Amino acid sequence: MFKNMKDLVEQARERGLSLGDVMIAQEIEEHGQDPDAITARMAVQYQVMKQSARRGLEGVTSHSGMTGGDARLLDAYIQAGPALGDSLSLRAAHYAVSVNEVNAAMGVVCASPTAGSCGVLPGVLLAAQEQLGKTDDEMTHALFAAGAVGYVIANNAFVSGAQGGCQAEIGSAAAMAAAALTELAGGTPEQAAQAAAIALKNLLGLVCDPLAGLVEVPCIKRNAGGAAIAVTAAHMALAGIQSLVPPDEVIEAMYQIGLSLSPALRETAQGGLAATPTGREWKRLLWTPVPGQEE
Amino acid sequence: MRYRSVFDIIGPVMIGPSSSHTAGAVRIGQLARALFGRTPSRAVLHFYGSFAKTYRGHATDVAAVAGLLGLPMDDPRIPDAIELARAQDIVVEFVAEEAIPAHPNTLTIELTDARGSFRATGVSLGGGLVQITEVDGFSLKLSGDWPALLIFHRDAYGTIAAITQQLARAQVNINHMEVSRSDRGKTALMVIETDEKVEPEVVGQMEAQPNVYKIVTLNP
Repeated sequence: MFKNMKDLVEQARERGLSLGDVMIAQEIEEHGQDPDAITARMAVQYQVMKQSARRGLEGVTSHSGMTGGDARLLDAYIQAGPALGDSLSLRAAHYAVSVNEVNAAMGVVCASPTAGSCGVLPGVLLAAQEQLGKTDDEMTHALFAAGAVGYVIANNAFVSGAQGGCQAEIGSAAAMAAAALTELAGGTPEQAAQAAAIALKNLLGLVCDPLAGLVEVPCIKRNAGGAAIAVTAAHMALAGIQSLVPPDEVIEAMYQIGLSLSPALRETAQGGLAATPTGREWKRLLWTPVPGQEE
Repeated sequence: MRYRSVFDIIGPVMIGPSSSHTAGAVRIGQLARALFGRTPSRAVLHFYGSFAKTYRGHATDVAAVAGLLGLPMDDPRIPDAIELARAQDIVVEFVAEEAIPAHPNTLTIELTDARGSFRATGVSLGGGLVQITEVDGFSLKLSGDWPALLIFHRDAYGTIAAITQQLARAQVNINHMEVSRSDRGKTALMVIETDEKVEPEVVGQMEAQPNVYKIVTLNP
């Protein structure tokens, strides 16, 4: 049983396993299922991620009318030969937007760790699969590595914007994606943990300030940013760069920052982008008036 | 450790846009329906806190109705739940409540049919996880993840012992149990979550006890 990143990495190192293997072993220990059933269930999650990405590329619109269509714009941009050159980060951002637009439009997604941040991990993994030519089985295994990191963060801090701000959602998702990508590229468990720490550090302090409280603006664009940060963090960790602050301490810092965030910056649509003139206008258009509660 | 499975992190597979405001609402609707035990002819949904303000944008209303119809949280028909309810002649009403709830994402569902009425309150904890916190005026903490018995009984000595003995004889293990009551000596609610499903004949024997008024079973 691992409770933190240190345990997770030590168990992997001592037993010569990947982070994904340790997560599978723990799942077996906790729930008594056989490994094939657990892997088969995770394979379904990966297929759902792929389907969401494909759906978003067809073009979707949310019920509020605030979002949709950006995945198509990115698609056209990439197809035309991107002005700034093609890259793993661009592809990851593209799929991340696609998946999160589908979420906003009430399509089927796999929360990872939440619905609001459900584009980051698929974005990074789908782009990596194309780039590295990995099989679906290998990608499914990478989801367990991501899950291991998310499991540690969720149990030691939080993964919801309402509790810890966007750093808890996109930050966790980026940390999970960075670790999974690092292992996928042949990095050690230690490097994967470093990638998670580097990604999360880059998103510390990010507040949850969606317009009208809906999981759309700026969530979809932050999924793209989270995916790009995850790719950069994996590059850095694979180069041998270390976070001076160990991964568990970065997670603790995220937790403490979340606790100190004003409620206005935790998904209540009272602060940040939600409180701008544009944000207020959307709130007026979309919120149900509640008697006695003036804004 | 609050999260026990990797599938709490990579999952659930759900209809967007929000695990707390959409998937959680489906789950609360499912549980209310399961506890009621039948398809209602009328459902009144009361939204509190964040749910009251944002239920339209997050489709919390649509999602909860989908749950009442028994749809799973990844069912592509969820966006059409209100039309589906109408097609089944279920009258649905939504109320945005003014009262500030203890938990920001709170939903109370009142269900009615020719045989009676029922009320349940649930809170959405995030990630699609929920807790039923009130049933017909009694407070409780029910995750809905385990088989459960909700035993409405007279607040009299010996009732709890008699019920737990029956479970012991049936070789059913209790994993969580709590009791709440309206007033001393009146009605009490005993909530028992078990590792195994309790067979209907065992439930029937419990219901035959003089102090037991009614038993609601939940089998996820």
